[in-house]
Amino acid sequence: MTRKGKRLTLIAGAMAILGLAAGLMLFALRDNIVFFYTPSELAKKQTASGARLRIGGLVKEGTVVKNGQDVRFTVTDKTSDLAVSYTGLLPDLFREGQGVVVDGVLQPDGAFRADSVLAKHDERYMPRDVADALKKQGVWQGETK
Amino acid sequence: MIVETGHYALVLALALALAQFAIPFIGARLNDAALMRVARPAAITQFLFIALSYGALTYAHVVSDFSLVNVIENSHSLKPFIYKISGVWGNHEGSMLLWVLVLSLCGALIAIFSTSMTDRLRADALAVQGLLGAAFLLFILLTSNPFARVAPAPWEGRDLNPILQDPGLAIHPPLLYLGYVGFSIVFSFAAAALIGGRIDAGWARVIRPWTLFAWIALTLGIAMGSYWAYYTLGWGGFWFWDPVENASLMPWIAGTALVHSAAVMEKREALKVWTIFLAILAFSLSLLGTFLVRSGVLTSVHAFASDPDRGVFILAILVFFIGGALALFALRAGALPVGGLFSPISREGALVLNNLLLSACCATVVVGTLYPLALEAITGEKISVGAPFFNTVLIPIALPLALLMPIGQMLSWKRGDLAAALQRLRIAFIVGVAATAAFGAWYGTPFLSIVTAGIAIYLVVGTLSDLALRVRGNSGRASLKRLAGLPLSAFGTSIAHAGMGLTLLGLAATGWGVETIVAMKPLSYYDVGPYQIGIDSVSPRQGPNYSEVYAVMAVRKDGATLATIEPAKRFYQARRMARSEAGIVTLGLGQVYAAIGDSHEDGTIDARLYWKPLVTLIWIGALVMAFGGALSLADRRLRIGVARRAAAPALEPAE
Repeated sequence: MTRKGKRLTLIAGAMAILGLAAGLMLFALRDNIVFFYTPSELAKKQTASGARLRIGGLVKEGTVVKNGQDVRFTVTDKTSDLAVSYTGLLPDLFREGQGVVVDGVLQPDGAFRADSVLAKHDERYMPRDVADALKKQGVWQGETK
Repeated sequence: MIVETGHYALVLALALALAQFAIPFIGARLNDAALMRVARPAAITQFLFIALSYGALTYAHVVSDFSLVNVIENSHSLKPFIYKISGVWGNHEGSMLLWVLVLSLCGALIAIFSTSMTDRLRADALAVQGLLGAAFLLFILLTSNPFARVAPAPWEGRDLNPILQDPGLAIHPPLLYLGYVGFSIVFSFAAAALIGGRIDAGWARVIRPWTLFAWIALTLGIAMGSYWAYYTLGWGGFWFWDPVENASLMPWIAGTALVHSAAVMEKREALKVWTIFLAILAFSLSLLGTFLVRSGVLTSVHAFASDPDRGVFILAILVFFIGGALALFALRAGALPVGGLFSPISREGALVLNNLLLSACCATVVVGTLYPLALEAITGEKISVGAPFFNTVLIPIALPLALLMPIGQMLSWKRGDLAAALQRLRIAFIVGVAATAAFGAWYGTPFLSIVTAGIAIYLVVGTLSDLALRVRGNSGRASLKRLAGLPLSAFGTSIAHAGMGLTLLGLAATGWGVETIVAMKPLSYYDVGPYQIGIDSVSPRQGPNYSEVYAVMAVRKDGATLATIEPAKRFYQARRMARSEAGIVTLGLGQVYAAIGDSHEDGTIDARLYWKPLVTLIWIGALVMAFGGALSLADRRLRIGVARRAAAPALEPAE
C-alpha cells in the first residue's frame, strides 16, 4: 500500500469510528436522559404520562403510609404536591419533612410511580438537586454559602 | 506547636515548589548545568516538607486535637484508631493535602529514579512538576487550610461521616490518588518534551514505566472504590455512573490508550504526536476529575462541603494547566518530526484501532458527565444521564474492542498476517461459541449477557493461547527454554488482557443476578437463586461510636447451612446518621448479599436479598489486570533506571 493509501485508511477508519460513536451518543441522548423537576415545575410543564422523570422535594409530614413493602408518600416543595408510590426498602435516611429525590414514571392518573428513592444524607450532604429546589422555593433552612 | 510546624512546612514547601519551577527552567533555557541540578534536591525536599506537614495533621487527628476546625468537623474521640488515621483524607482539606503529598512524591520519584535522560529533559519535567505543586499548595493555603484553629476548642468533635468509616477509606483514596496524580509525571514529561522540542523513542521508554505505574494504581483504586460502594451502600450496585466515578474512569481510559500508544512509539517511532497528546490528556482528565469532585459543582459522598471560591480556584488551575499544555502542543506539535507510517494490518495498526475505540469510549464518558452540567449552566434545565445512556453507547464500542484484543496480540509488528492470526485463534473462537451456547442453554436470557459472556471467554482463551503458542516448541525442553526467554512484558500483556476478560465475564453475569425484597419472618426461609436464606435472630449491639441492630441469617442449600451472614443497620450518635452494613458471603465466584431495613412489631424485618453469580470476577479481573501491568513494569527492558543500558547501542530488541 502506498504512503498516501495508508494515511487514507487511517483517516477513514478514524472517521468511521468517531462518527459511529457520535451517532450512538446522539441516539442515546435522545432516548435515555431524565429530566429533573420540582413538583411545581412538573405541574407547570404538563408532562405527558409515561415519561421518565426525577422529582426532588421534601417528604410531606404525615403522608407516609406503609403497607408491607408498598409505600405511599407525598413529595412537596411547599407550593405543589405530588403523590408517589414505591415498592421496596426505603433508604436509611428517609424521614418525613426531609429532602428526597425520586426516580420513576408519571402515571396516567397524575400519580408518580417511583422505582428508586434517594434521601438526603445529612445537613452537609444534601443532594444539590434538593437543596436547589428548596432554595428556589424559599424554604431552604441550611447555611447559604 | 506540632500543628504550627506542619502549617509552616507547607508554606516552605510552596517556596520550594516555586524554586523547583523557576531555577531549573531558567537553567534549561541558559543551558546552565548548575541551575538545572537544583531541580532534584528541590523536588526531594519539597516532598519531605509536605510529608512533615501531612504527619502533623495526622498527629492532630490521632490525639483528637479539637482546637483544629478540620479535626472537630471530621473526628470524634471515640472514633476507632484506623479511622483517625484514614479520616485525615476523609475530608476536603485533608484529601487535598494527600493530593499534593502524592504530587510531590511523584516529583521526588522522578528526581531519584530518572537517571537515563538528558539533564535538560529532567530539569524541564521537574520544573513543570514544581509549578503544579505550587498551584495546588497555593490552593490549599488560600482556600482549604487544614491547620485552621478555633478558640475555644470544643470538648468533642462531630465525627467522620459514617459512610466513610470503613476500611475502604484506608485503601481507596491513596491508591486512586497515586493513579490520578501519577499521570502528572507523564504530563510533565510531555510538557518538557514540547518545551525542548525533542521527542524520540527514548522519550517513550522514559514515560512507559510511569504510565504503567499510574495505570496500575488507578486500576486498583477504581476497583477498590467500586467494591466499597458495593458492600457499603446496601443495594448491591458496584458502579452508578455517578459523575465522580466517571471522573476516575476518564483518566483510566486515556491512560490505557497511552500505555498502548507508547508501546507503538517505543517500538516503531510512530504515533509520536498522538502519544504526547494522550499524555497531556490523561492528566488533564485527572485535573478535570479533581475539579468536578472538589469544586462543589457535583453532589456525592465524595464532594464534601462545597465552597464557590474553591471551585473558581481549581477551575483557574485547570484552565491554566490544560490550556497551557494544549497551547504548547498546538505551537510545537507541527514542528515535531513526523513518525513513520505503517500497514493497517500489523500490531501497530491494531494498536491504533485500540486507541480509536478507547478514545471513543473516553469521549462518551466525558460527554455523559459534562453534558448535564453544560445544559444546566446554559438553559437551567436539569437532566440526569445514567446507566441507559452509557450502556447504549459503550457496549457497541467495548464489545468489538474485546473481540479485537487477542487478534491484535497475534499480529506481528510492521506487517501482520490477518488470516494466520485468525487461524491461530480458532480454538478461542470455538471455545467462545461453545461458551455462548452453554450460557444460553443454562440461563436463556438476557441475550446481551450471554453474548458478552461468550466474548469474555473467547478473550481469556484467545489471549492465553497467544502466550501458549509463543512458548510451544518441538519438545518440552524447547518450550521451557522459550518460556524463560519470553520477556515479562509479553506475560504482562496476556495476563492484563485476560483480566479484562474476567471483568467482562463478571459484568455480563450481572444480568443473571436474582434480587428479592421481602419482609422476613423469623425461622422461615426465602429462595434467592439456588440458595435459601432465613433469619436466626435479630438483636441490638453496641459498637465503639455507634449502636446497631444486626440480624443473623443462615444461607442454606438443600437443607444444609453453608454460611451465616450478619447484615446490620447502624446508627451513629454524633451525626445522628444511619448506615447499612451488608451481610455478604462468597460462594464459588458468586456472592449472596443481604441488607436489612426496618423491623416491625410482629417480628418481621424488611430485607433485600441478592444472589450475584460470578460477581467477584469483576474485581478479581481488575486485580489480574493490575498484576499484568506489574509484570510489564518489572520487565528488565522497561525497568526504571535500567533503560540507559538498553538504550545505549541502537540494538533492535530481539523479537
